[in-house]
Amino acid sequence: MSCANIQVSETPLVLYTLRRADDALILGHRLSEWCGHAPMLEEDMALSNIALDLIGQARELYSYAAKVEGKDNDEDKFAYLRDVRQYRNLLLVEQPNGDFAQTLVRQFFYSAFADLYWRAMMSSRDTTLAAIAAKSEKESAYHLRHASEWIIRLGDGTDESHRRAQGAIDHLWAFTGEMFSVDDGERALIQAGIAIDPASLRARWLTTLSDVAGEATLELPRNEWMQQGGRFGRHSEHLGHLLSELQSMQRTFPGLTW
Amino acid sequence: MYTQALNTAETDDRGLEDAARAAQFQARIDAEERIEPNDWMPAAYRKTLTRQISQHAHSEIVGMLPEGNWITRAPTLRRKAALLAKVQDECGHGLYLYAAAETLGSSREELVDAMLAGKAKYSSIFNYPTLTWADIGTIGWLVDGAAIMNQIPLCRCSYGPYARAMIRVCKEESFHQRQGYEIMVMLCRGSEEQKAMAQDALNRWWWPVLMMFGPPDATSQHSDTSTRWKIKRFSNDELRQKFVDATVPQAQYLGLTIPDPGMTQDADGHWRYSEIDWTEFKQVLAGNGPCNRDRMAARRKAHEEGAWVREAAAAYAAKRARRRTAQAAE
Repeated sequence: MSCANIQVSETPLVLYTLRRADDALILGHRLSEWCGHAPMLEEDMALSNIALDLIGQARELYSYAAKVEGKDNDEDKFAYLRDVRQYRNLLLVEQPNGDFAQTLVRQFFYSAFADLYWRAMMSSRDTTLAAIAAKSEKESAYHLRHASEWIIRLGDGTDESHRRAQGAIDHLWAFTGEMFSVDDGERALIQAGIAIDPASLRARWLTTLSDVAGEATLELPRNEWMQQGGRFGRHSEHLGHLLSELQSMQRTFPGLTW
Repeated sequence: MYTQALNTAETDDRGLEDAARAAQFQARIDAEERIEPNDWMPAAYRKTLTRQISQHAHSEIVGMLPEGNWITRAPTLRRKAALLAKVQDECGHGLYLYAAAETLGSSREELVDAMLAGKAKYSSIFNYPTLTWADIGTIGWLVDGAAIMNQIPLCRCSYGPYARAMIRVCKEESFHQRQGYEIMVMLCRGSEEQKAMAQDALNRWWWPVLMMFGPPDATSQHSDTSTRWKIKRFSNDELRQKFVDATVPQAQYLGLTIPDPGMTQDADGHWRYSEIDWTEFKQVLAGNGPCNRDRMAARRKAHEEGAWVREAAAAYAAKRARRRTAQAAE
């Protein structure tokens, strides 16, 4: 492959699949940054494990997107040869790890959604997406349990951990709205029974959050304003730096096999 | 990943142990019985093993850093997942080794604190930098290869928990070694640039890897007791020779040149390597390797920045226990 950006024919199904693949890859990459640096060895293991699940999901989704697109793109071209404006992930997942509270709150917000999302997607009329959903749902259920337990420990732990967890919730809250919004292309896929309507998951997602936050003695923000843009390639400044690291080998040594 | 060849036995039992029990202990060792945590053992045996197992555990944990350096830059998604899984395995090895060391009566916290304070050592090999992707292949091929040479005999170590941990560790290391070699095969079948990258990595890692087996037998002072206790079954030089003999044909298959122009093959098939620069080894052990300071700084940073998390977990566990007691009393 060359080191130039690839062109992607973003038909509604290709775009839909790439968006979910990008979520999984970027969040998996972020979590992998912890490997060797976590607060305890058990968390080095757990965060790496979750990262591996997410990178695995990304690979399946990219491969499917490549198949649907029917050109000569593949998982690595999607991952390594699209620039920041071509990435379609949620703003939430590209946010920096920050401290352990910020990483776990980000994970909690995402996993609480992903768990519901993949379970619902198991009944997609698209059999490949349904199969990926069946595998991902099992993984997300564990990711959610892990994150929820930490939110409770941090919220109801020490004053410092409570303050850090509340700070992370307040900071990341505005990035959660994007999970529930859809565009016209997605609406058509929803009508065709290929995608599910994420808005239908929001009430249950909020219940999960409220239950865990309640037990953790933490509060969910009341502000309604939500940041948008990741799904259309309008990202935060953080993503470019992540991609420059992720893609450095393929951009430096174009077209080689590793 | 791997422990340095240690040779750290405390040889005197300080005369406090009952001679009859010591003789009985040695008889069990000689009969190839496994010593278990609750069995009587000489204080020096306990101390030697605690030091060896904990140093091995520290090596696994510090060893996550040089390879972890490439997780975010792995060239393909398949390589990224494999490397992440590998580094995660090293962490798992560290965890079961700390658990094995704990059976001898020291807590993980004490052992980790000794490492962070610079009192306990880890393998010198992790004080070298990973500069290119080929270093990841070379570490898997050579560093894990050397680790396996050293650890296979440890599967028959007289101390049961260590021997059992080693059986599992060796299985995973052997997978890592094949994975590393496969990275090298791909590089050596690739472009000139990739092949040069592979040769450069071999040039930088070869001698430090030979040093992993520890000082030459002639200058090695403490092996006798470890050998008598069947903690150590082969000498440093024996293991080093086995490793060289196994590795030379692998390098030849790759079309790479071992950076030792004086290397020759004996009539009996053994590859004779040139004199190792033990000054470099001593400097690295003394803290002057290229990355000693960075490795310790990274481990201390993770430990210090994670303190509030560990405190929160402990505080929450204590609160929950109090609530349960209160509920039970109602």
